[in-house]
Amino acid sequence: MEVTNTADPEYFHRVVDCQYACPAHTPVPEYIRLIAQGRYDDAYMINWESNVFPGVLGRTCDRPCEPACRRGRLGKDGSEEPVAICRLKRVAADNKDNILSRLPAIPSNNNGKRIALIGAGPASLTVARDLLPLGYELVLFDEQKVAGGMMRSQIPSFRLPEKVLNEEIDFILRDQVELRLGKRVDSMKAVLDEGFDAVFIGTGAPKGKELNLPGSEECTANIHVGVSWLSSVAFEHTTRIGRRVIVLGGGNTAMDCCRTARRLGGEDVKVVVRSPRETMKASPWEIEDAEHEGIPILNNHVPKEFIVENGRLVGMRFEKVEAQYDENGKRSLVPTGEDPVVIPCDDVLVAVGQENSFPWIERDIGIEFGDWDMLKVDTRTFATTNKKVFVAGDAAIGPENIITAVAQAHQAAISIDKYCMGQAIDDRPAPGHTLISQKMGVHEWSYSSSVADDPRHVVPLIATDKALADRKVEVELGFDRQLGLEEAERCLNCDVQTVFEAKRCIECDACVDICPTDCLTMIGNSEEGQLRENLTFPARNVEQPLFISDDLATGRVMVKDENVCLHCGLCAERCPTGAWDMQKFLYRVTQAGKACQL
Amino acid sequence: MTYLRPNFRHPDAPTNRIGFTEKDYEGALSTLCAGCGHDSISSAIVSACFELSIEPHRVAKLSGIGCSSKTPTYFLSNSHGFNSVHGRMPSVTTGANLANRDLIYLGVSGDGDSASIGLGQFGHVVRRNLNMLYVLENNGCYGLTKGQTSATTDLDSVNKAGVNNPFEPIDLTKLALQLGATFVARSFSGDKEQLVPLIKAAISHRGFAFIDVISPCVTFNNNPGSKKSYDFVREHCEATATIDFVPMQEEITTAYEPGSTKEVTLHDGSVIRLQKPMTDYRPDNRHAALEALHRAEQRGEILTGLLYIDEDPSDLHDTLNTVSTALNALDEEALCPGNKVLQSINRSFR
Ligand SMILES: Cc1cc2nc3c(=O)[nH]c(=O)nc-3n(C[C@H](O)[C@H](O)[C@H](O)COP(=O)(O)OP(=O)(O)OC[C@H]3O[C@@H](n4cnc5c(N)ncnc54)[C@H](O)[C@@H]3O)c2cc1C
Ligand SMILES: Cc1ncc(C[n+]2csc(CCOP(=O)(O)OP(=O)(O)O)c2C)c(N)n1
Ligand code: SF4
Ligand code: SF4
Ligand code: SF4
Ligand SMILES: [Mg+2]
Repeated sequence: MEVTNTADPEYFHRVVDCQYACPAHTPVPEYIRLIAQGRYDDAYMINWESNVFPGVLGRTCDRPCEPACRRGRLGKDGSEEPVAICRLKRVAADNKDNILSRLPAIPSNNNGKRIALIGAGPASLTVARDLLPLGYELVLFDEQKVAGGMMRSQIPSFRLPEKVLNEEIDFILRDQVELRLGKRVDSMKAVLDEGFDAVFIGTGAPKGKELNLPGSEECTANIHVGVSWLSSVAFEHTTRIGRRVIVLGGGNTAMDCCRTARRLGGEDVKVVVRSPRETMKASPWEIEDAEHEGIPILNNHVPKEFIVENGRLVGMRFEKVEAQYDENGKRSLVPTGEDPVVIPCDDVLVAVGQENSFPWIERDIGIEFGDWDMLKVDTRTFATTNKKVFVAGDAAIGPENIITAVAQAHQAAISIDKYCMGQAIDDRPAPGHTLISQKMGVHEWSYSSSVADDPRHVVPLIATDKALADRKVEVELGFDRQLGLEEAERCLNCDVQTVFEAKRCIECDACVDICPTDCLTMIGNSEEGQLRENLTFPARNVEQPLFISDDLATGRVMVKDENVCLHCGLCAERCPTGAWDMQKFLYRVTQAGKACQL
Repeated sequence: MTYLRPNFRHPDAPTNRIGFTEKDYEGALSTLCAGCGHDSISSAIVSACFELSIEPHRVAKLSGIGCSSKTPTYFLSNSHGFNSVHGRMPSVTTGANLANRDLIYLGVSGDGDSASIGLGQFGHVVRRNLNMLYVLENNGCYGLTKGQTSATTDLDSVNKAGVNNPFEPIDLTKLALQLGATFVARSFSGDKEQLVPLIKAAISHRGFAFIDVISPCVTFNNNPGSKKSYDFVREHCEATATIDFVPMQEEITTAYEPGSTKEVTLHDGSVIRLQKPMTDYRPDNRHAALEALHRAEQRGEILTGLLYIDEDPSDLHDTLNTVSTALNALDEEALCPGNKVLQSINRSFR
């Protein structure tokens, strides 16, 4: 295999599994260390810079970082759980002091460029956060009366208290953005005609899918589209639901619907899902939370009919199925032939998907549409085919999550900035990175290199009866400082990299011998497949890179399987020549402003 | 600060025949200098015992004084241990073995411990053919006391201060061969592919097994001009053969070209397989081994590998015709048969 080029920041970036998996590439281990040191403000600001909504995300993030966490790969047969990265973010947010003075200054005289932001969800708010300090004049449009997008209209208060959301929106807007709220934008052309220098579309995927089955026409009053119903609850237009509720769908929206229904008078609430449990779209922890509130989930039930008696909805009929896979692994749900299942109910919440909807964008203003009436988007620059118009978040790619919207919006902000400054938007800025030795003494590192054995700590919850009594009561109490510290200690510090210098190595074997997880092998080089098999423990996780050193004196190479390295620093501690060193790698995605100065 | 080794091991780490992982054979984190060859030997002992599926409580580790003699703390922490006085490991092991013949005796010593203060004890334990593995961690200096020249320092080897050694070294492999050792080998701490099977074979050998492991002292004897530095040893090693050890439980499956291998079968049915042996090398001939050592020395090379083995020797217990049961397993009546028996023994001497 070729010698690894560690000068390319992408190599070490990939080793920091959590940060790499985070769409916004939040420097996770860096903030976790700061939490362990009690430096909550610093931990918060590291997050704020990358993901804009630490308090919100510390409660609601889809956490793609956690399945990626190295710790989850270390147990025998999957017995080890990832670090609670997401809930640690909340610890930073909950314990921060007043950070107002640390927010970037907004210049008093603007740069003469005016930008329209349509939709006030996390995507538009992120663009606002990035562009305001650069002197842009911003106008924010939303049909709702308050900013926040689906963070406010969809995510229930028992998961995300309004106070937390409001605080973080205030950190962004700081009364410096012209708000045009409470009025839907009905014409893109009209917005463009106002002479904005650029327009950003952050309107999300607002339309909930409906389910047309026999009976649905006859009892529309008791069949609700999940997303519309949730926002009507959030804005207090809806305050009650029937005693018996069926929620259709297996995604996170279904989980929020059923839990909200439990708080609005639903006593007998069931989630009914077409597919088997293993393929449900909802995050495992959301399913767990729903079940914890006494909500059963019935899988393999395909809805067939709304049963209506005397013009009133009385129940639903389902067909039982099982999943069968053909030789290509394609799934089909095949009826089992059992009797249909009838479940009585008073209301049905349909949570079977969301769609984009752009009836307000004229088709003759240079903004092209592709398949399924989706915008044509460059997923690197987030430009549309109209050079003035940019888009990110759910509007760009269909329903995803907050952190994806934020990550994309940072990129869109760079494009808007470059476009307004007359620069080529295709020329993307390189990430910033630093690599610094952490050695303090013979046995001393600037990070806590020992590896804690603790199993993942469980987030304390409020008593279920209290939670169900009021939809605004937050269910999770969060880690307190002590638990936060203990959970933080579980982090392996994957950003503290093992950096190797072949010409210093005397091939004494000390590092190979000490390495607890046997990631190091000195061996003759060969092609990748062969080499992976030849290591002390075959490196069969091909998602994880191998490090290959320059040739050693004997002609062998030092090979490191990054897969299970604990970043414990023992190799560097046992190396007599300093051929291994532990160096902290900090990778930062370049944001707007800096991008134009480069 | 790291004085603790993390508890995580490779998630695919296998268990051996008796359900242990390699971790179960480890010891405390070493306090030796980073890069010391002795640590590699510890690691090889761990691998060998794991692979042989030895029950750790059946091993007794004994040592003298020196960095090398400290190492038993760093492996097999579930085994018995005795850190004796300088150069006295052989006599303590002899006593222990005579009292309890059921344990596996693993003696660890240094060149100072064995070739200087302990040379007398070394000679006697060899000639008695005590059933044990004697590992000499040979770095050509007194590491623990700051690197003084030892009795195995090679002629004209240059020490860290730049001074040549004017004395002939003692080669303990030769001495062992001359005094009747039944298993003699030499290896290098930096060559586990050779060292681990040698340790396994030596443990399986019933009788005195001696392995002289050249083990660089990274702090005091790894300088240019030293003949026990990593670079020097690596450049000058010459193996009698590539060694492979097949324990008795395993079936031999690999086929080899006829003539390319030599096999030695041990008393318990295990097999030592020597591949690509040097032409005419015969591991069952003591004189040939001595000669080969001599010839290699003249070429300026270090001969490693299995040098000599007596496949079916008689050990000290055989020679002394001792009771076949460990003393701690005998009951009071057998151990202390009373005045009548004593009188009859005394009578037999009159
Ligand atoms: C029930 C539910 C629960 C969810 N839970 C989570 C979660 O826990 N974690 C997570 O990460 N993600 C969650 N999501 C997804 C997440 O909310 C979205 O991915 C995210 O909010 C998308 O951000 P956005 O800025 O692209 O759009 P949105 O947040 O959807 O914001 C778009 C805004 O544009 C406005 N708008 C749309 N059209 C117009 C128009 N023509 N004129 C004026 N305004 C308009 C809308 O009113 C809305 O306020 C959830 C989604 C749902 C439906
Ligand atoms: C009776 C006695 N004499 C001298 C010493 C001092 N001493 C301690 S270790 C040592 C030499 C150890 O050399 P070696 O056995 O080669 O071990 P190494 O440290 O090189 O591994 C000496 C002379 C001692 N501890 N006891
Ligand atoms: S830091 Fe070094 S010793 Fe520790 S697990 Fe990684 S490679 Fe092994
Ligand atoms: S400990 Fe250092 S010198 Fe020894 S083999 Fe490892 S990297 Fe090379
Ligand atoms: S002094 Fe030499 S022999 Fe002793 S621990 Fe250090 S390197 Fe090893
Ligand atoms: Mg010595």
